[in-house]
Amino acid sequence: MRTLSVKNVSKVSQPVLFGLMFGFLLQKGGVAKYHVLEGQLLLRDYTVLKVMLSAIVVGMIGVYFLHERVGTKLHLKPTRLGANMLGGLIFGVGFALAGYCPGTGAAALGQGDLPAIIVMLGLVVGSYGYAELSLFLKNTVETWGDLGKKTLPSVLGMKASTTVAAVAVLLSGVLFIIHSIQH
Amino acid sequence: MKPYIKHTAFVVTLFSSVSLFAQTPLQDGSTYSIGGSWSPYVAGGLIGILTWLTFYFSEHPIGASSFYATVAGFIGKAVAPRHTHKLPYYRENPPRLKWEFWFVLAIILGSALAAASSGELALQGLPLMWIEQYGPDSGLGYASLSFVGGVLMAFGARLAGGCTSGHGLSGTLQLNISSWVAVICFFLGGLVTIRLIY
Repeated sequence: MRTLSVKNVSKVSQPVLFGLMFGFLLQKGGVAKYHVLEGQLLLRDYTVLKVMLSAIVVGMIGVYFLHERVGTKLHLKPTRLGANMLGGLIFGVGFALAGYCPGTGAAALGQGDLPAIIVMLGLVVGSYGYAELSLFLKNTVETWGDLGKKTLPSVLGMKASTTVAAVAVLLSGVLFIIHSIQH
Repeated sequence: MKPYIKHTAFVVTLFSSVSLFAQTPLQDGSTYSIGGSWSPYVAGGLIGILTWLTFYFSEHPIGASSFYATVAGFIGKAVAPRHTHKLPYYRENPPRLKWEFWFVLAIILGSALAAASSGELALQGLPLMWIEQYGPDSGLGYASLSFVGGVLMAFGARLAGGCTSGHGLSGTLQLNISSWVAVICFFLGGLVTIRLIY
């Protein structure tokens, strides 16, 4: 009953509640701050990696548990190596220049960092720029190395639960090393 | 709406109890605060739990960048409706007030609440880190980099299929190959570029 009532509330209140929580946690984790984000790229401040890796480990275990046991759907994006790599590199360049990413930029604005509005304006313009070139990109870059939907378990031919356990141990190890080096 | 109030109360209680033990010092003696007011492991772990909720209840992964594409699509539709409608991206993803739209708007408010709760809510202009490097009269340079950075990020995110949220968090935790490739490239591009600025 409880589950049903949550599922039935309007399509707006769920993303609003979850967005409030996400913005809250981004700010509390410190990743809405310019010097923290740029500090990570300069390898001076590892807050971003700590937040991301902790979220990935906890999120992965729960999401795969829900997927395997409850039947919750995964939402996989196709692997297109050319587009993933080229787009990823361009994103990285922009990230370093701007100091905020699309989600943390919104969080930065929330805590009062007014220049984040300029980044957000750029994000709107760049999105339209992509749409403008989408016909060309679809027929070129986005066809390079198009492998379809691929996950680590499917590529390795391993059971999802085994892969999740192995990745959880690996990423926790990385977190432990980062933590130890800094203290 | 009653169960909703219960859930909200639960979330507020959870956050406030976590904040009691997750506090970290905000100042390290330098001119700006070191990081967040909560431990990054606690904040990250809770973001991980939040992804369970969005997958289970909304059947939707966390993502942010498509918010900006939606806004751009709305503006395009208002200014040049015919042209915008012809673009393959908007034909496949017509601008609608979908999940990410409300999600990203709420991020702004959620962050404001978090900042207010630890006394960090304050209007700020140029970041101190930037001023230390380039001085207080470098606003135009900062604004230009911010704008160009935003343009490149949105373009890159659409080409790669997501941003630090959609790929970097939701995709990686699903062990999606494209997301791990993309997020490694995010950092590679960033690590090189930052050396040109600082």
